[in-house]
Amino acid sequence: MSDIKSQVRTYIVDNFIMGSTGSQFKDGDSFMEKHIIDSTGFLELVTYLEETYNFVVADEEMVPENLDSLNAIDAYVSRKKAA
Amino acid sequence: MLLHQLFEQSVQRAPDKVALVADGRRHTYAELDAQATALAAVLQQRGLQRGDRVATFLDNGVEAVVSIYAALKCGAVFMPINPLTKQDKLAYMLNDARTSVLIAHAPLQSEFEGALAQNQSLHACLVVGSDDGLPPSDARCLPYSSSAGTASFEVPATIDQDLAGLIYTSGSTGDPKGVMLTHLNMVSAARSISSYLAMQPDDTVICVLPLAFDYGLYQVLMSFLVGATLVLERSFSFPVKVLETMAREKVTIFPGVPTVFSLLMNLKTLRDHPLPALRKITNTAAALSEEHIRQLRSIFPQTQLYSMYGLTECKRVTYLPPEQLDIRPTSVGRGMPNEEVWLVDAAGQRLPNGSTGELVIRGSNVMRGYWEKPAQTAERLKPGPIPGELILHSGDIFRTDDEGWLYFVARKDDIIKSRGEKVSPREVENVLYGMPGVLEAAVVGVPDPVLGEAVKAFVTLKAGVTLTEREVIKYCLSKLESFMAPKYVAFVAELPKTDTGKIKKTGLA
Repeated sequence: MSDIKSQVRTYIVDNFIMGSTGSQFKDGDSFMEKHIIDSTGFLELVTYLEETYNFVVADEEMVPENLDSLNAIDAYVSRKKAA
Repeated sequence: MLLHQLFEQSVQRAPDKVALVADGRRHTYAELDAQATALAAVLQQRGLQRGDRVATFLDNGVEAVVSIYAALKCGAVFMPINPLTKQDKLAYMLNDARTSVLIAHAPLQSEFEGALAQNQSLHACLVVGSDDGLPPSDARCLPYSSSAGTASFEVPATIDQDLAGLIYTSGSTGDPKGVMLTHLNMVSAARSISSYLAMQPDDTVICVLPLAFDYGLYQVLMSFLVGATLVLERSFSFPVKVLETMAREKVTIFPGVPTVFSLLMNLKTLRDHPLPALRKITNTAAALSEEHIRQLRSIFPQTQLYSMYGLTECKRVTYLPPEQLDIRPTSVGRGMPNEEVWLVDAAGQRLPNGSTGELVIRGSNVMRGYWEKPAQTAERLKPGPIPGELILHSGDIFRTDDEGWLYFVARKDDIIKSRGEKVSPREVENVLYGMPGVLEAAVVGVPDPVLGEAVKAFVTLKAGVTLTEREVIKYCLSKLESFMAPKYVAFVAELPKTDTGKIKKTGLA
């Protein structure tokens, strides 16, 4: 697992909605569909990414393609860090 | 007139018009009606009868809409349940209402399977999106897609005094209460609101609110009443996506709650999305701050902004005509059409303008009561001016100005409003008392710029126990809808008490 994925997974497990089932979710699971993160939660996730990886998330980057699964976040953060 | 007949009239008038845009797909009035009738036939075949309860545990999407109208066509009572609900509370509601059918989304399986295990009233659970494998654990589960059958459908003898909806709401006692709404109640509310909003067939309404939240639900009911087009979004998690959809679909009406508008105004590039087609913004659930009102009007100068106030027990109470917004920006307005509202003192006597008292509501939109809770019903529904009629005591304190415009003052109970949703401190405290290591708990609301109020818990621990704030919050998240879980936890040595040993919340913040 990449560093980004494991770091963000830890953050999500520590901070977000785990329901009755515990913290099992797959890297490709949609946070929205699985109700892992809700609308105000995504805002907190963005702040976390900005602070942890030291870049600014532009409004138009706040889309499910960048943020709605661990795989998506991994690809997005890697791209931003390389830029 | 029955609630689904309002929809069926629009189907007759314009069968080929797009009624619903959801998940990138467009559905005409005729298509939706055919889907609802087909599902109704299947439900009837499975034994669903007039008056039975059909619960939906669904994210916003075409199935949530079709299920409501299918239940109504059967003469059944629809019961929309917030998909954030956890299994024990879901089981409580299904059992309390003795629900016959549950229609649920497959990704919510972990919650509804647990609830099914605690329930005997259900005879079918239709699972939406279960094509890649159905949960095998409960024989009552079957795929929703199998409901596209050809069973014949028999129109039941429903009248407008029959229940159409049962909507659970948080109460100060901790147990959710089912608000019983008849066809007459919901038709009346939908007609009054859509008339003061002057909704038209050429309107396109965007709904980002969950259909389990009554103002989300009414976007469906009212759009289909006037024959408009509804654009249904899963949520407001990705505001830029929603703004793009609004521009593409030329949305004319944007209903929201303060948290939605906070998330919107959080965008740095909001002014790059001008939305020239937008004509009306409506806000409910809690008051918008004057600053947010100012910003919204500056960004969308061509729109009319409606401040409104309501409660599930009668849907809508008041609205402020947009032209009054500059004159009395903090007022929630006056009663809506075909409804009378006034203030009463502690003895129930009507108060003149310029007073402060409890708001009461008289109208066809007032609920039938709380499901099987006669004592709590009697606290809210009390005799009105005409023999035999009942009026609704809102439990909210308002003041009126000299002209009778209403201003919210406070709630009589201790319910917290977070993200526009009602949070019962008692319900949160009950969960906290169930957490190993917790000795005592007291839950209050504290001001929050995005949420309106945030939930804050004061906790004392048993001797020798240490817990972190995160641990307490996570425990609550596993038991409660996310908007109910505390945002803050303060550990204290002891909680203030009254002389009789009851926890005293005044001063906790």
